[in-house]
Amino acid sequence: MSVVEIKGVTKTFAQGNVTALENIELELEPGEFVSLIGPSGCGKSTLLRVIGDLTPPTHGTVTVNGKPAHRARKDGDYGIVFQDSVLFDWRTVAKNIALPLEMLGWDRERRKTRVDEMLDLVELRSFADHHPWQLSGGMQQRVSIARALSFEPALLLMDEPFGALDEMTRERLNLELLSIWEKLGSTVVFVTHSISEAVFLSTRVVVMSPRPGRIAGVVEIDLPTRTAETRYTPRFFELVTKVRELLRSRGEHLLPEEEELLEADR
Amino acid sequence: MKRIVEWLPALVVFVLVVGLWEGLVRALHVQQFLLPKPSTIVSVFWTDRHTLWPAGWYTFKEALGGFAIGSGLGILAATVVGRFRTLGTALMPIFIAANAVPIIAFAPIFGAWFNPISPRSKMAVAGVLCFLPVMVNTLRGLNSAKPRQIELMRSYAASELEIWRRVRVPTALPFVFTALKVASVLAMIGAIVGEYFGGSLNALGVLINNAADVFQFPLAWAGILVASLLGIALYSAVVAAERVVVRWAPDTRDA
Repeated sequence: MSVVEIKGVTKTFAQGNVTALENIELELEPGEFVSLIGPSGCGKSTLLRVIGDLTPPTHGTVTVNGKPAHRARKDGDYGIVFQDSVLFDWRTVAKNIALPLEMLGWDRERRKTRVDEMLDLVELRSFADHHPWQLSGGMQQRVSIARALSFEPALLLMDEPFGALDEMTRERLNLELLSIWEKLGSTVVFVTHSISEAVFLSTRVVVMSPRPGRIAGVVEIDLPTRTAETRYTPRFFELVTKVRELLRSRGEHLLPEEEELLEADR
Repeated sequence: MKRIVEWLPALVVFVLVVGLWEGLVRALHVQQFLLPKPSTIVSVFWTDRHTLWPAGWYTFKEALGGFAIGSGLGILAATVVGRFRTLGTALMPIFIAANAVPIIAFAPIFGAWFNPISPRSKMAVAGVLCFLPVMVNTLRGLNSAKPRQIELMRSYAASELEIWRRVRVPTALPFVFTALKVASVLAMIGAIVGEYFGGSLNALGVLINNAADVFQFPLAWAGILVASLLGIALYSAVVAAERVVVRWAPDTRDA
């Protein structure tokens, strides 16, 4: 059974009469790591929100874990991570991670055990009692990931989670995320506008094009291993080029600043 | 120790200003009705303590009552208006316009409504003064939760009530305390100015007013000193409460 099934999804925004998504078809198998990539305005974040039932599609259906997206959200079937960590300043690191568990009605004992496990997973054990504003941006994002995974959702939705971080932190967190994903085996939908990040992390890269938001193509990623050195291998370059060409093929739709974005990634 | 070092510059300036005041008044032989010496004010503060201090306490109770009623209603109104958005869009422009009204001008009217001698008319002035800043700030606080935070709560299938309790209220708390600090000062002003328009003889505002009328300026100044000390006390109490309730905030912790 697919974890996510998107059928004929179209999303239009009444304001400005914008078609954010047009006739999207996509299926995710259990354990897949799928990146959505494309220039700004291609609807990749909107698609993520439609999967999470945070915004309804205008047409089409989304099924998560075999249930309508709305039911899946009510059942807590997915965890979500945004670009800004969205941590609550009045809660400590441990309490932030415990938030979804509190809402699921877990008792104190069980929460404590799980939070400790999650703190170990993201290597923040010694920061349990710190407040978010005392942490660096990278650490905050690790807390956010720990929170999203704390209740073991089948699906992890990530909206440009490392977009606001510096390059070095980003690459380190890429490796960390991979090891977490391998350990837990969750299915991941990962929105990014970095080609190398998408290729490095994913089993599949879905390239999207803007106005209206469509799937321009899909690149299967067959990297044998993923380590810090993977980024220097010829296969990695080939795959990056493939994704870039797909983005380029819709180049006539790109705005100058989107061209720049693609150039910057080279 | 760190505390003392932090307070030291302010203390030095305070002592210098008071010293300069004392010195200049003595050296230039300033008339007492223009400006009494600090030493005179402090000695009157002590010799007349049997009238001054109870008068201060009387007025403080009025201020406290007005502060509690005005702030309480302000928080309550903000909660209701925040809950029902259409009500907010209808009422907010009116509240903001009302905020610009010099409410103190109503003091004689409140005297007529609530009996000028009774402390209730002073509480009314203080309460009305406190209401708007508390209401406006609380509402702003309740609406300050970031859209992403709300979206995150939705992803957990949180109800409106849960979002309220776990996100909106904690977000609003620093705003509420900022407003309460302003209100604590306004409450003392409201009570004393209210008493200038008449009130019980053992009230601080009446005492200051009467002392000035009969040229007992050191007594009037001593009354102002009492009012200042009580105002600072109320303000400090709010700050202390803020430190306890909003422990987590980065800017109050270091303050």
